[in-house]
Amino acid sequence: MRLSRAARGILAIMTGLVLAAIYLPLFVVFVNSFSTSTSLSWPPPGFTLEWWSRAFRSEGALDALVTSVQVASVATLISLVLGTLISLALQRYTFFGREAVSLLVILPIALPGIITGIALNNAFRTILGIQLSILTVIVAHATFCIVTVFNNVIARLRRQGTNFEEASADLGAGLWTTFRLVTFPQLRSALFAGGLLAFALSFDEIIVTTFTAGAGVKTLPLWILDNLFRPNQAPIVNVIAVVLVLVSIIPIYIAQRIAGAEKIVR
Amino acid sequence: MTVDASAPPGNRMTVPPPRDTLGRRGSVFLSLHPRLRLTLLLSAPLFWLGLVYIAALAALLITALWTVDTFTGQISQTWTLDNIITVLTGSLYQTVTVRTVGVALLVTIVDIVIALPIAFYMAKVASPRAQRILVIAVLMPLWASYLVKAYAWRSVLSQDGILQWLLAPFGGETPGYGLPATIITLSYLWLPYVILPIYAGLERVPDSLLEASGDLGGKTGATLRLVVLPMIWPAIIAGSIFSFALSLGDYITVNIVGGANQLLGNLVYTNVGAANNLPLAAAIALIPIVIIFGYLAVVRRTGALENL
Repeated sequence: MRLSRAARGILAIMTGLVLAAIYLPLFVVFVNSFSTSTSLSWPPPGFTLEWWSRAFRSEGALDALVTSVQVASVATLISLVLGTLISLALQRYTFFGREAVSLLVILPIALPGIITGIALNNAFRTILGIQLSILTVIVAHATFCIVTVFNNVIARLRRQGTNFEEASADLGAGLWTTFRLVTFPQLRSALFAGGLLAFALSFDEIIVTTFTAGAGVKTLPLWILDNLFRPNQAPIVNVIAVVLVLVSIIPIYIAQRIAGAEKIVR
Repeated sequence: MTVDASAPPGNRMTVPPPRDTLGRRGSVFLSLHPRLRLTLLLSAPLFWLGLVYIAALAALLITALWTVDTFTGQISQTWTLDNIITVLTGSLYQTVTVRTVGVALLVTIVDIVIALPIAFYMAKVASPRAQRILVIAVLMPLWASYLVKAYAWRSVLSQDGILQWLLAPFGGETPGYGLPATIITLSYLWLPYVILPIYAGLERVPDSLLEASGDLGGKTGATLRLVVLPMIWPAIIAGSIFSFALSLGDYITVNIVGGANQLLGNLVYTNVGAANNLPLAAAIALIPIVIIFGYLAVVRRTGALENL
């Protein structure tokens, strides 16, 4: 198949249009973060830096940001460990109930968040009798983050096979040494990509969080939901969204660099 | 190799046998017992998923068979099928179920139709450098908060928003808030989740296959239909699982841009919160659970679950 110049051109234009549509709302958010209108009317009536200076002094927002980073970091760490264990088990062994286990991993993301949310809320409060806190949020988030790590790691394991590990074992390395010096380095970029997605998933989750967060726990999405419909706070929310998108370029760029470098080696 | 063979035996490097430490013995023991290794690998994740998730889910489903005492507002553990019968026969639930599934299907179709050309361009046409930039461009919006994006669409679609401003000169107007706005916003939110698996699927299609098809006389359309599509079908289904499942349970977007419309998620939410009727909420939650399980059962054979 040879694509004609016209076909390539059309594809390029379509890609451009889709990207424009993807960035239109983000552009509106960006512009509104400088707008003097609190009702987000278009075109913006005037320019102000007030929201930006207020956002960096907003204690509620900064506290929520810290809480979100804490929750996402711990949840990502847990899901990295559990996701790696389960993908090693599913990729390297055949056993009864293997399909059921792989279904079990994707279920927390495949079922709607509100179901996971009320199920965990019910289990924590009525069955286990635990007070909702930041820990319950972390447990809930780790549960649905496992799948992103699992997907990345198992795809990598499938591709790289077991030759290197067998060579390592033949040369006298124990199981742990082989994992540390052979398996883990090969998985590193997959773990980074999976961990990044897990972090993003947890950082932005709102529905499960609503049902599992204790009274004093405010993650960033919960804070945003509280403030989105307050005219004097909505522009601050815009500022935070702009900052998050800009900051996110760094980890995504690193992930891309790692993936790109590996491709060249292969 | 010949150098090794001709070297005098005394000069050969000898590798000492590994020291017999406790760790070494453990390692040897585990190497000889693959089942034990498997058990050790699986025990922690299965303990977590089984205890945290499956037990919670099962408890919720059992709650659907209980009822709420109308006087005390407490859940009374008398077994009854009333909630399930209410959900199955109530016209409200049927209407909302049809509406929710319709919205979820439309969102999925819109996302796949948009994702296919852009993913194809990214994987097969763009230069490696452009490819990297495009992946970043697609991934970046994922980091802007879900809520902010939904709210941005509220602002874009409003009567004095940018869409009205853009379309008015051409005689068009914004669709305003309602189901179309809900479908637009949900499609927007889940689009990256659909583009990425399809892009990954297309990357795995070797260029040589496309060239072979061309050399054998396959036109572009035939190549796409007979070579590319069968290979990326699992990836498309994998993307559809995301957009379909995420739309099926959403209640926040529809609150922000959906006007007065309700989806299944709203019914569950109202019954958990304001109505304080967890058993009925659990019974309503059974609808999306059954639909998702049905969907997963249908697509399992395509191998989509390995492409998520």
